Amino acid sequence: MDFNDTPQEAEYRAKVRAWITDAAKDYEGLPETKSQDEYVARQKSWQKKKYDAGYAGLTWPKAFGGQGLGPMNAIIFGQEESKSAAPTGLYSIGLGMCIPTVFTHGPKAAIERFVPRALEGSEIWCQLFSEPIAGSDLAGVRTKAVRDGDDWIITGQKVWTTFAHLSDYGIIVTRTDPSAPKHKGLTMFIVDMRAPGVDARPLKQMSGGADFNEVFFDGVRVPDAWRIGAVGDGWKAGLTTLMNERLAVGGKPRNSPGWRTLMELAKGIDTEQGPAIERMDVRARIADTYINDEGVKLTQMRALSALSQGRTPGAEQSISKVVVAKTMQDMAAFALDLSESAGFAAGEKDSELARLQGAYMWAAGLRIAGGTDEILRNIIAERVLGLPGDLRPDKDTPFNEIVPL
Amino acid sequence: MNFDFSDDAKTLSETARRMLTDHAGPDAARRIMESDALYDEALWRQVVDLGLTAARVPEAHGGVGLSPEESCILAEEFGRSLAPVPFLSTLLATEAILLGSEAQQARHLPGIADGSTIACYAWGEGANAPAAMPATRAEGGRLTGTKSPVADALAASLAVVTAAGDGGPSLWLVDLRNAGVTPAATLDLVRKHGTITLGDTPGEPLGTADDYQRFLDRAAVILAFEAIGTASAAMEMAVGYAKDRVAFGQRIGRYQGVKHKCADMYIKLELARAHALYGAWAFSADADELRHAAAAARAASLDAVRFAAEENVQLHGGIGFTWDSNCQFYYRRARQISAALGGRAFWADRLVRALEQRNRAA
Repeated sequence: MDFNDTPQEAEYRAKVRAWITDAAKDYEGLPETKSQDEYVARQKSWQKKKYDAGYAGLTWPKAFGGQGLGPMNAIIFGQEESKSAAPTGLYSIGLGMCIPTVFTHGPKAAIERFVPRALEGSEIWCQLFSEPIAGSDLAGVRTKAVRDGDDWIITGQKVWTTFAHLSDYGIIVTRTDPSAPKHKGLTMFIVDMRAPGVDARPLKQMSGGADFNEVFFDGVRVPDAWRIGAVGDGWKAGLTTLMNERLAVGGKPRNSPGWRTLMELAKGIDTEQGPAIERMDVRARIADTYINDEGVKLTQMRALSALSQGRTPGAEQSISKVVVAKTMQDMAAFALDLSESAGFAAGEKDSELARLQGAYMWAAGLRIAGGTDEILRNIIAERVLGLPGDLRPDKDTPFNEIVPL
Repeated sequence: MNFDFSDDAKTLSETARRMLTDHAGPDAARRIMESDALYDEALWRQVVDLGLTAARVPEAHGGVGLSPEESCILAEEFGRSLAPVPFLSTLLATEAILLGSEAQQARHLPGIADGSTIACYAWGEGANAPAAMPATRAEGGRLTGTKSPVADALAASLAVVTAAGDGGPSLWLVDLRNAGVTPAATLDLVRKHGTITLGDTPGEPLGTADDYQRFLDRAAVILAFEAIGTASAAMEMAVGYAKDRVAFGQRIGRYQGVKHKCADMYIKLELARAHALYGAWAFSADADELRHAAAAARAASLDAVRFAAEENVQLHGGIGFTWDSNCQFYYRRARQISAALGGRAFWADRLVRALEQRNRAA
């Protein structure tokens, strides 16, 4: 066993590190920006640099403008990029999820029109799947698309759409045949986010921030040429997108508090039973947090190792998010309790307590985003352990005749 | 990067698994439970014939000289199959002797390799001896104290004993012909235990005080793999039953109350496996990371095996609580694994100590 790069990996790492170090110099020391335009401008410029240097779409087929490289190349590039000052994130949804769906299922003309511009970063994309009534049960979407000559007319509401307000285009799952069973009556389209009738509004979360949007569609016209896959095949196209999402929403969020935070906090707290760091319940919680968070990291290392050896990673990665989100919630609650009333009073900006409070609020959402704890447990039980699926009484019923049990 | 067992280790474990699937498992465990035999002698001969006791013994001492990875991966297979043989005991003693002098290795390892020596590892002293500081005393090369319960003590001729002298705790080798060994009843009815009574009994010191700590870490990693094997078998039994059993007109595996328990077994198991693999790496590389890697592996594996063993009974319902069900073997073995090397609280604290030390060093 070893944790070293293979010679080929080391060579690639050295090459991309040299390029990134030089190319990301422009962003060093830049203060975090409050301006949306400035944020987008920085992200666009970095994506363009990558595109021009041949570092965009690393794992995509060459036919779609990609580099045709293996997953380890993308991982190594990502690792080096994250160590630099380069501004990243805005393209994670579009290039990570939307465009692979477009070039896997979309018509040739649409691929030629959209893929290159997305890859060079001049157009930003979002993913319009979830609805107020269709979250975990995604195939229950009600946003409808009705055929009108060469166009379709879309009406409905989407929710939890990251970057909708910044996006030029999106992929949207709609119901085109309400008389078909729910998975069969869906169709996916590309939609122009600047078109008349599209209204993206920030959605304020219980944590106070607004990291997502709700998007309303009121008679929005989309050409049939922008249809992704056959009419009625929207579920199949959506699965391609979601497969890519599960890869993306994985580990512990960067810079989120963990076992070290709790250890440091406990060193500074005196309790009735003595210094908190010497209390066995505190030490046990530090150990539990370490075991879960580092266990997920090591599990991801196992997957990386498999990729590095040219094998397919095992199913074990499916545990990542379900472990990380609840561990963060439990650790934060424990730490806030340990701080007594100080853990309840709003923490000073940028203090450790404020970060813990933020993590506690955010964890509630993390347990839901990208697959709830419950759905993820179903997936582990059904896909990994081979247990039978839940009974789905609405599965074969025409969508417009479904009567809840 | 290669964060996985070597192909050689995997091949050896497949060979072991085939043999153990045919000759070990719950039925073999039940036969030993219901007999007076200390272990399954026919199975033990096969284990020896397959060269498994020789795996870790250096070639110079009549063995095959394989790496720590082989110890780890074999421990998982023996844990999975509940094999009623003194393999884990002999393996842990082997790892201890490998920390001893060349002369000690030459004296004791050939017998282990050829199967003529069964060895055990004597740790337990009851509730009042701190896990890190044995009550058994070592003075002038002689040991005094009581070790109980000790797995396979009745079958063994040689024991590795933890004892404290003026220099703190360390490892000692004791020829059991010089000690009193009597049966000790435990919760695990398959793995037979004994009480070793040491009264001014001669012993050879084995390695240094540092080696004692190193041995605890290495043993923790090996036992983590045993626990992972046992937990996997309990999980497979539970999942198999959930696919088969019908209640309220459907397989019970369709109910989320059931499937989520199975998913949690898998989650705990994979967390334990990741830490144990890291431990196996640190053991093999003799890396400083071994201290915290071993502690995390031990604690996580105890969580995994306890949860799988408990919920396996629960998912079986009433039938799982009967004597005739195999659920009891995993439930009881989880207790044995936990008691074999200090419990979860000891290792959780040792983990945090190791992390604090690393933080200070960094």
